[in-house]
Amino acid sequence: MAKITLRDLGHSYMPNPKAPADYALKKLDVEWRDGGAYALLGPSGCGKTTLLNIISGLLVPSHGQVLFGDRDVTKLPTDERNIAQVFQFPVVYDTMTVYDNLAFPLRNRGVAEAQVDKRVRTIAEMTDLTGMLNQRASGLTADGKQKISLGRGLVREDVNVIMFDEPLTVIDPHLKWLLRSKLKELHQKLGTTMIYVTHDQTEALTFADEVVVMKDGEVVQIGTPVELFEKPRHTFVGHFIGSPGMNIVSCTVSGGAVHVGETKIAVDNTSALKSRSGTFELGVRPEFTSFAKSGLPVKVTKVTDTGRSRIVDTRWGDQSIKLVVAEGDAIPSENAFLAFDAAHSNIYDNNWLAE
Amino acid sequence: MNKTVNQKAWFFVLPVIILVAFNALIPLMTVVNYSMQETFGDNTFFWSGVRWFEEILRSDRFWSSLGRQLFFTFMILIIEVPLGVAIALTMPKKGPWVSVCLVLMALPLLIPWNVVGAMWNIFALPDIGLLGKLLNSIGFDYNYTRQTGDAWFTLILMDVWHWTSLVVLLAYAGLVSIPDAYYQAALIDGASKWKIFRFIQLPKMKRVLTIAVLLRFMDSFNIYTEPVVLTGGGPGNSTTLLSIDLVKIALGQFDLGPAAAMSLIYFLIILLTSWIFYTLMMRNEEQ
Repeated sequence: MAKITLRDLGHSYMPNPKAPADYALKKLDVEWRDGGAYALLGPSGCGKTTLLNIISGLLVPSHGQVLFGDRDVTKLPTDERNIAQVFQFPVVYDTMTVYDNLAFPLRNRGVAEAQVDKRVRTIAEMTDLTGMLNQRASGLTADGKQKISLGRGLVREDVNVIMFDEPLTVIDPHLKWLLRSKLKELHQKLGTTMIYVTHDQTEALTFADEVVVMKDGEVVQIGTPVELFEKPRHTFVGHFIGSPGMNIVSCTVSGGAVHVGETKIAVDNTSALKSRSGTFELGVRPEFTSFAKSGLPVKVTKVTDTGRSRIVDTRWGDQSIKLVVAEGDAIPSENAFLAFDAAHSNIYDNNWLAE
Repeated sequence: MNKTVNQKAWFFVLPVIILVAFNALIPLMTVVNYSMQETFGDNTFFWSGVRWFEEILRSDRFWSSLGRQLFFTFMILIIEVPLGVAIALTMPKKGPWVSVCLVLMALPLLIPWNVVGAMWNIFALPDIGLLGKLLNSIGFDYNYTRQTGDAWFTLILMDVWHWTSLVVLLAYAGLVSIPDAYYQAALIDGASKWKIFRFIQLPKMKRVLTIAVLLRFMDSFNIYTEPVVLTGGGPGNSTTLLSIDLVKIALGQFDLGPAAAMSLIYFLIILLTSWIFYTLMMRNEEQ
């Protein structure tokens, strides 16, 4: 086990990349501590899988280094890196039994059979495969097969890191919950560094201590789930995380005062804007937006009841602002005023948080 | 709900029944007819029961043809299937060379069978053929028109040249359908090249290889044109396969009864072997 450092990492699939757009993965500096649970979160095509393949050694980056502990492994082949990976679709060896599947990574490394047996039984216990050990792997259901993949990822004790590449994609929704909590439990039990790649915010936020949010090959924010929720560094993070996403409204700033249209908005953190003026964006989550006696005048356009709370769509000019309102609270029928929680209102300059 | 019985539907399949009748059923029934009777000139027929079948099954000639046929099929299967798989494994999976390789592989399959026979007939001639001349000039006493071993060598080589591509293409189709994740997982699991072949590639190719073996078995068991053009069944009778022998009896000697009986036996052998083979392969699949 080891700390993982990515130093000045970048990758392009083209032979002579010039413009930043040629890069599938832009400059990246990250340090992951030993034994942590991390998630790489971003939409499809944002470079998550590229980054994962660089760490696993399936891809050599165009520049930069990958360090496991103090050892530079950038150019080492996969089998010398001592890592494990679970893929999006279950990979099982059809002709083998479940037992042989789990034992495969150990036997390939010449582990003594007694040790193999002990380890396979432990892992089978953890992944609920004990009853099926003697069955042929090809006969299992999709989630059974994915459990085998998971088990093969966990079976070696000494791996540097275990990586999960959207491992729950093919699993039924009700089993997703089970497997997800199982993973979290396994992480606590084993203490191995784990990196979890997903485009599903719920999976990322529930699994990881720290989430790396990526967009267009670039890391836009690294933070704990709370940081991502309360202080998104980029409007993309605001949109992508949270349901519904953050409200973004254009605003003007002059002399530290924020105005949306004619209405003055109270924002706590404007230290970075003291000496600046011009057009910016105000970002407030629907959870921190509420109806008030006075404030920003809007029109209510739609109410969606989610059962636990209601999501209200309002319009200010041609911009949409959403609110989360508790069940039972009154909702004005058409014209209303909005207030924003000053402590949770952020100002963005060209999509990046003004700090 | 009541099902309405409407026999009119049969009229819709009538055209295809007529077609199949003319190209398969009627000829087959004619053969059955011949196999049970003795014919003379003037279209005179005399009932002979199963006599021709007994005669064929008791004749040494039939059994030695069958033996040669089985040897031929066995040889080409054990050469073409592993060779085809090996070639498919070395073919590129991506890039511009894929289409080049596929076209090269498809070429032998596109050549008419009698042309293949004629090509090899000339190619292997000891005095003017490229292969024959070459073998003789480096010290081999090679002459496929006179020596049994040489005839068999040329016959098998010709079939391997002509038909290995079919196995290659089928095996290749099986190989490219394996998702990359399998290879990546195998790398991470520390599997050797042999283990990747044994536990990933071979199981994934199993279905297409079943089809390849079945096709090659049936085709090689039926083969006629190429050996007849290459060796004409000789030297002597040494490369006379079942089909060649059948034609000799039917059209050379005009023994229509025995020939008909023999072709029915021949047909049943292929049908039975294919069925047994297919059932065994599919049962394996289900386990």
